[in-house]
Amino acid sequence: MLALVSPALLVILLLIVLPVGWLAWQSIYHDGFTLENYRRIFTEDIYWRSFALTFEISLAVTLIALLLGYPVAYLANSVPKGWSILILALVVLPFWTSVLVRAYAWLALLQRTGVINQLLRYLDVISEPLALVHNTFGTVVATVHILLPFMVLPLYATMQKIPGDLMQAGASLGASPSLTFARVFLPLSLPGVLAGCTMVFVLCLGFYITPELLGGGRTVMVSMLVSRNVELYNQFGAASAVAVVLLVSVLLIFVAVSRFISLDRILGQK
Amino acid sequence: MRVSPARIALYVVSALVLVYLILPVLIIAPISFSSARFLTFPPPSLSLRWYQQYFSNPAWMQATRVTLTVALLTVLIATPLGVAAAYAISQSKLRIMRLIHMMLLLPLVVPIIITAVGIFFVYAKVGLVATLPGLVLANVMLGLPYVIISVLAGLQSFDPAQEMVARSLGMNRLRSFFAVTLPQIKSSVVAGGIFAFISAMDETIVALFISGGQYQPLTKRMFTALRDEIDPTIAAISTLMTAASFMLVLLASARQKKSG
Repeated sequence: MLALVSPALLVILLLIVLPVGWLAWQSIYHDGFTLENYRRIFTEDIYWRSFALTFEISLAVTLIALLLGYPVAYLANSVPKGWSILILALVVLPFWTSVLVRAYAWLALLQRTGVINQLLRYLDVISEPLALVHNTFGTVVATVHILLPFMVLPLYATMQKIPGDLMQAGASLGASPSLTFARVFLPLSLPGVLAGCTMVFVLCLGFYITPELLGGGRTVMVSMLVSRNVELYNQFGAASAVAVVLLVSVLLIFVAVSRFISLDRILGQK
Repeated sequence: MRVSPARIALYVVSALVLVYLILPVLIIAPISFSSARFLTFPPPSLSLRWYQQYFSNPAWMQATRVTLTVALLTVLIATPLGVAAAYAISQSKLRIMRLIHMMLLLPLVVPIIITAVGIFFVYAKVGLVATLPGLVLANVMLGLPYVIISVLAGLQSFDPAQEMVARSLGMNRLRSFFAVTLPQIKSSVVAGGIFAFISAMDETIVALFISGGQYQPLTKRMFTALRDEIDPTIAAISTLMTAASFMLVLLASARQKKSG
């Protein structure tokens, strides 16, 4: 059996374990051991600000995705089968569109001469085009769009397992629909909330394409810090250290969350 | 039936969210068929000029060939590796298999930007940057989890006792796998392969770092083009890519449904 799994394992070892190990080594070794690269992250402003911004954006994206995703999952769970399949199909459809294609679509929609600005001007809502893209707003809109399915699917999967009898029991005991929702349904759906939020937050921490294309150079997320240090400044040690800090953050989040729900639940959705 | 205000609010909010989800996917096709150089809404007239520009540009065509070659080779390599691994994981009772299973899903956990930079450093040492094999290998690694997850799901509904029967009747392990097991999990194998294909076709970030010269896939050229200006040719390419993805997903889910 080990022989059967070894080719796949070899690919993983050579193409992800070794590269990540290399990064870790390079972050502390440059003609001798040094912690200079890490010192810089915690003392220099650009690095520190970028990490803070990344966490802020990830938090905002996660909360927005939860607010938008919960009603959709709830609706999909409470309508007849045919409707729920339609709703889920609409959720999953963008999932299988290239992230790059969707970033392009958001550029087309949000830019100064874009569809939304033109529509708003046509309707006389605004006289000057709004700055909807090449800033943090555009980044968040597109990022939420890309990550929303990762929120809806675990939410829906969890809600599916909540027995409908429980809601009826609540109602028969005289509780109003909103009370049964708040006291019965909501608490039971929390594992799904946790799974969805973890996935969205963690994926957002490492997001690259949307901030790069829609952030207008001002929204420097951690992933861009990594790529700029490699491509523009040839600072491999610095890039590696940033990558290691990012990876450790991600792993810590997974470890913390796995105390409450199984990792399969978070990862098994796609 | 009485419809409460809360219920109506739920419908409205959900409908708006679904529009938000689907709008960007739908907006690309009209842009790609518009004759205008810049986005105007509604498009002034229909035209195929952006498609023409795509198909007549040697650089785009070369990139398309690279993308298709890489995606195809990725499927051909990742599928057998993934099937073998998934079979081993599902059959073996070794404790280390759980750890191996987790490791094989690493590509889903490690932020892709980190994987990309790491691979770039390793490739730079061994001379795989800007080569076709380098690109294929990276995509095999990224596609493996999809094959493994899909095939493991297929194997879950398969009764291993059937394979025991075949072996007790004198087939060896390999033959019994191909004669008894594989036909029953065929759908999930095909679905896993299709997901690996789509993953390779859409992959952008690793390609940004490790591809170059004549071996640049479509996504890398699109990304570079998008950084400079918004060229409607990209809308045409995006429409074609999206259509291809959707057809493949439909194929995969039809397959998965058949296997139940």
